[in-house]
Amino acid sequence: MLLQHEVLPGHPLAGTAAAWMWLLPLLPLLGFVINGLLSLIPATVLGPSDPDIAHGADGAHGEAGHGEHVHALDTADAHGAHGDDHHVVVRHRFAGLATFVGPVVLAASFALAVAMFLAMRGLGEMREPFVQTYFSWMPAGALQINAAFQLDQLSMMMVLIITGVGTLIHIFSVGYMQDDPGYPRFFAYLNLFVAFMLVLVLGASYPVLFVGWEGVGLCSYLLIGFWFSDKANADAGKKAFIVNRIGDFGLLIAMFLLFANLGTLDFVGVNAAATKFAFGGALVTTICLFMFLGCAGKSAQIPLYIWLPDAMAGPTPVSALIHAATMVTAGVYLIARSSTLFSMAPVASLTVAVVGAVTALFAATIGLKQWDIKKVLAYSTVSQLGYMFVGVGVGAYTAGMFHLVTHAFFKALLFLGSGSVIFAMHAAYHHTGNHDDAQDMRNMGGLRAFMPWTWILMWIATLAISGIPPFSGFFSKDEILGSVFLRARESTLADAHWLGIPGSAVLYAVYALGLAAALLTAIYMTRMMLYTFHGPNRSGEEERKHLVEAPWTMTGPLVILGVLSAIGGWLNLPHFAAFAGSEEMLGHWLEPVVGDNQLRVTLGRIPEAAGNTETFLIGAAVAIAILGILIAVVRLKPARLVPKAQSPEEQGFERVLLDKYYVDEAYDRVVVEPTVGLSRGVLWKGIDQGLIDGVLVNGSAKLARGLGGVGSWLQSGQVGTYAWVLVVGVLAVLGAFTIR
Amino acid sequence: MLAEALFFSAVLFTIGVIGVLTRRNAIIIFMCVELMLNAVNLTFVAFSRAYGAAGQIFVFFAMTVAAAEAAVGLAIIIALFRHKQTVNLQHINILKG
Repeated sequence: MLLQHEVLPGHPLAGTAAAWMWLLPLLPLLGFVINGLLSLIPATVLGPSDPDIAHGADGAHGEAGHGEHVHALDTADAHGAHGDDHHVVVRHRFAGLATFVGPVVLAASFALAVAMFLAMRGLGEMREPFVQTYFSWMPAGALQINAAFQLDQLSMMMVLIITGVGTLIHIFSVGYMQDDPGYPRFFAYLNLFVAFMLVLVLGASYPVLFVGWEGVGLCSYLLIGFWFSDKANADAGKKAFIVNRIGDFGLLIAMFLLFANLGTLDFVGVNAAATKFAFGGALVTTICLFMFLGCAGKSAQIPLYIWLPDAMAGPTPVSALIHAATMVTAGVYLIARSSTLFSMAPVASLTVAVVGAVTALFAATIGLKQWDIKKVLAYSTVSQLGYMFVGVGVGAYTAGMFHLVTHAFFKALLFLGSGSVIFAMHAAYHHTGNHDDAQDMRNMGGLRAFMPWTWILMWIATLAISGIPPFSGFFSKDEILGSVFLRARESTLADAHWLGIPGSAVLYAVYALGLAAALLTAIYMTRMMLYTFHGPNRSGEEERKHLVEAPWTMTGPLVILGVLSAIGGWLNLPHFAAFAGSEEMLGHWLEPVVGDNQLRVTLGRIPEAAGNTETFLIGAAVAIAILGILIAVVRLKPARLVPKAQSPEEQGFERVLLDKYYVDEAYDRVVVEPTVGLSRGVLWKGIDQGLIDGVLVNGSAKLARGLGGVGSWLQSGQVGTYAWVLVVGVLAVLGAFTIR
Repeated sequence: MLAEALFFSAVLFTIGVIGVLTRRNAIIIFMCVELMLNAVNLTFVAFSRAYGAAGQIFVFFAMTVAAAEAAVGLAIIIALFRHKQTVNLQHINILKG
């Protein structure tokens, strides 16, 4: 069935490697099936005399009944208070096979993606997307949805990122997860995630995209709760899933509106028809705002960002792949994919930019005071996603996607580096039986002596994210901020009004927020590096002896990502830094997809900064980044830090930041508790128990029983009674006749 | 003349009904039922004097059926008495499900 696809006749990509694009998600799916079957086999069955039982029961904090039949399958593997702590060391019997299948299917996908990329480059200019239709999925009246994939420059770019970074993270996971009993299950989920992610970016219509969209949400849920026997992890998974449902509601509404007004959901059809909307009209604005609600859920923007920091409960490679590099950028991709719609709706675009900017600053302030190394990175991800939304919000779709690419490199590197640190800390604690928190920076310090590779690579990523030239983050961040600044002067956005405020004022405010977030980014990233790698070591005398660099399967991917983080900016060099035709490579590449829409926002002109304005913009960005790093270096004193156990409680505003502005608590009070109260008091006790159970189910039974009782009482068996009734009846009838 | 005959038969019928309703003894109830039958017979006869002989024919039929019924009814009462050692209808409620 899959092979019977019809291809647009005459498309130049037909017959090239691109014709195999259906294989891209199918390969990881195959890996999922194989690893999933392996995961059904328990890691190892421990007998009653097995010494590991003691460890298992001990790890479970001696929970009653846990030691009786430790299956060590998946139930016994998560006992620590934190996700990565103290899991039982049980290597799965078929770990070797899973090691082979998991990364290899990804590498094969990546190889195919590269072949497709080369085929596309060989074509030169390609204006029309390459659409492959496989079968009719939902034929229902006017609604004709095909299972179809589409390849264009935008999806090609995403495919390369997903399979490329995905392969590296799979290889890293081989080392990181090696001693976990759920090893094949981990790779099964990871493969499934990549399969769905590829469906998301390859889908040729909104519904196919939505399949991938929901699929990655499912895999995210499964992987956040990977160590599900710890309730906190399972809760974090549920939180992510439920918060995402709110966003998905928005995306669904946007899809309904699109179909109701355009009669099609294909990207090709929608893009062609979207320009017929009234420019800046209420309809297209509504569609875009609902769509942005979906993006805010998936990409963790205010007000739906709260799930992402909790998602760090999952294993660290998951945080790197799903919650930094790929899935959370799906919202940015969706906006770039729907750029025709957004460029028609300046008010919605301004909303995107404002939400992005506020999120960038807000998350950055929280990142300043987190102690958990992964939480710092989580808020940093939220903040950087905000940057991407600023980019796509102001109609600089290329800049937003460029930051997506560079962020995928340096944030994956940061997360994997933190994974490497946690792995070392955890291994050291495991040796000495220490139960301290292996993710708390107060327990680290001075790690550069023990892990030089990780130290150097993470500094590269830190400089990249802070925006220090010539590392990748500088170019993408500078392009976003520059785009905002230029569009504040002359664009459809500047002419529009947002909540009564002139668009150009809003954009200048967005620019200011972006600069402030850049400053904070530099500060908190430097703070993380100083506390983790510099100063004296605080992990303990015994533990120090066991701190070592992670194996090559883990450092290898780090090195590759380090190189990419350093030179990733070359993808889209501005003209002043370009050499030999390398100027704006990504911009030219994406031009067929988003070019027209960018021009629509900028009133048909390519915004060019005058020489001194450009110098000012770049100078401000670099100065802010350097200032941030200097503030952190001067102000922070790693030497004064004490381990977590001896740390005093934070006071004042620091406390507010550490507790994340109490947003979770506020949501609890405002949303969760009323919902639970309503559900419990009205829906459960009232409707379900009272009305349905009480009145309808038991009530009808009571009625039948009552009627039966009356009948049974009447049928006394006494002939005399019957005669009485008969006579009374006769008299009544006669009486009725007489009276009439 | 007709009015008196109808009044008399109504009184007889009512006595029969009251007897059926208030008494417990099956024999007495049976006799009261006969009383009601004969009250009706009396009505028939009274009307036949006024409107023609068809009523008389009904009386003959009714008396025949009543005789047959009396035979069957008494037989049932005897069978009941043999079974239950009583003809008090309060103790005979086997109709109750």
